[in-house]
Amino acid sequence: MKKKLLAVFLVAVMSFSLATCGEKKEEKKEETKETTEEKKEEKAEDKGKLMMATTTSTEDTGLLDYLKPVFKEDTGWDLEWSAVGTGEALKMGENGDVDVVLVHAKASEEEFIANGFGVERFPVMYNDFVVVGPKEPVAKTDDINTVFTQIINDQLPFVSRGDDSGTDKKEKKIWESLSLDPAADPNYIESGQGMGATITMADEQKAYCLTDRGTWLKQSKDATLESELEIICEGDKNLLNQYGVIAVSPDKYPEVNNEGANDFIEWICSDKIQKLIGEYGTDEYGQALFTPNAGTDS
Amino acid sequence: MWEWLKSIVSDTGIMSAVKVTFIMAVSSTAISSVLGILFGLLLERFSFPGKRIVVRINRTLMGVPPVVAGLVVYLLIMRRGPLGPLSLLFTIKGMVIAQVLIITPIISGMIYSYARKAAPSIRVFAATMGADRWQTARLIIRELRKEIYFCMVTGFGRSISEVGAVMLVGGNIKGRTRTMTTTISLLKSQGIFTEGVALGIVLLVMAFILQWICDLLQKEGEEDENY
Repeated sequence: MKKKLLAVFLVAVMSFSLATCGEKKEEKKEETKETTEEKKEEKAEDKGKLMMATTTSTEDTGLLDYLKPVFKEDTGWDLEWSAVGTGEALKMGENGDVDVVLVHAKASEEEFIANGFGVERFPVMYNDFVVVGPKEPVAKTDDINTVFTQIINDQLPFVSRGDDSGTDKKEKKIWESLSLDPAADPNYIESGQGMGATITMADEQKAYCLTDRGTWLKQSKDATLESELEIICEGDKNLLNQYGVIAVSPDKYPEVNNEGANDFIEWICSDKIQKLIGEYGTDEYGQALFTPNAGTDS
Repeated sequence: MWEWLKSIVSDTGIMSAVKVTFIMAVSSTAISSVLGILFGLLLERFSFPGKRIVVRINRTLMGVPPVVAGLVVYLLIMRRGPLGPLSLLFTIKGMVIAQVLIITPIISGMIYSYARKAAPSIRVFAATMGADRWQTARLIIRELRKEIYFCMVTGFGRSISEVGAVMLVGGNIKGRTRTMTTTISLLKSQGIFTEGVALGIVLLVMAFILQWICDLLQKEGEEDENY
């Protein structure tokens, strides 16, 4: 009998605590709703929604969340996006599912325009990849060829993602463009895991690896144990990742929001926003995650 | 269908995953069985102050989340950890250590429960027959052989199905520490489902065949005894 009572009591306590949890959440939701509504009232012209397809890196780094409210304030458009791989983002543009694409694969972008799906490509910014690894024996340089050649020749340990992600493809492409074969290095291993796990593994194995700067900065800042890796190679042209923005062609898909897309392109290439992009990340990581370069022919 | 299966089986990456899984599962089951059975039987045999706490801790560890065990082993064997100089991280040995940590409590906990039920009466019987301590112990193990076998099968099942701890400690390195389960997990993350399912089937077939062999061996043993 006592046990039964205890059980009833426990169930009551649990359901009560669950109920209170739910209430709290609801309250919070209402609060945020109110604040967003207030914000909306402040801004005058509400033009509607602009749908963009972009790559995961722009979302993961928090850049889009940082730019969205400014865009709304400046132009009145509500920017929404779907962060997928570059290939899929362009596909969404080809199907007319989005109004504008912001991706990083110049060759595919040019093909996208040549096939009549996009209007014109404008360079926006670039981020870069870096090679990280132990200080010895590879000396710090800005020439990727030297680093990768030395890794192969001396059979140094190298951890590759090996998961067919954007970074993995970039790495494979660099090996290919230098006409080096990583399979010749018995210490070249594939982690089959995400960027963070791969960096941790490289740290453990005193190995080299290719990473995007954003993940590297975040990882070396947040990890419990201080990383013993350092940037070995940065600044090589092969390591740059150029982002371009393209409006989806209104000739092909008359229903797309071409006005909004053009506003977005003009806005993101403007001096003011380019400066904002160049400042993003400096507070948190001490250096910028993206380098603006609108107006160049990259 | 047949061609497809053939192409999967001839894939070196997949074959190495099968090999790694097999080596890891067999060695971790063997080590955990020895440790777990010994510990379970000793725990039943001797009473000492704090025994109830030990039993309770054992039962808690039976449900230890594998990633927690994996993390603990990772911290122990990483380069800057206490066992760092042995460089066991990202090796099959490291994976076996994590597996032993997960499986041993399961086996010892089960053996303890079985032994607590059966051993006292066996002991009384052995005493009336005038058996000495070693003969009694052997009799208990013999009487419990079905349960012991069942515990080992359970342990083996746990070790081939493990993902989290193996991924953490082994690192899922292609051709070295990539097991079938971590391969499936990687394939899924790449959106490749058919090969994942195929590997899952291979994994189940492997478990089935192994268990079948064990069953046969056990039956033979029983028949021998009847003579």
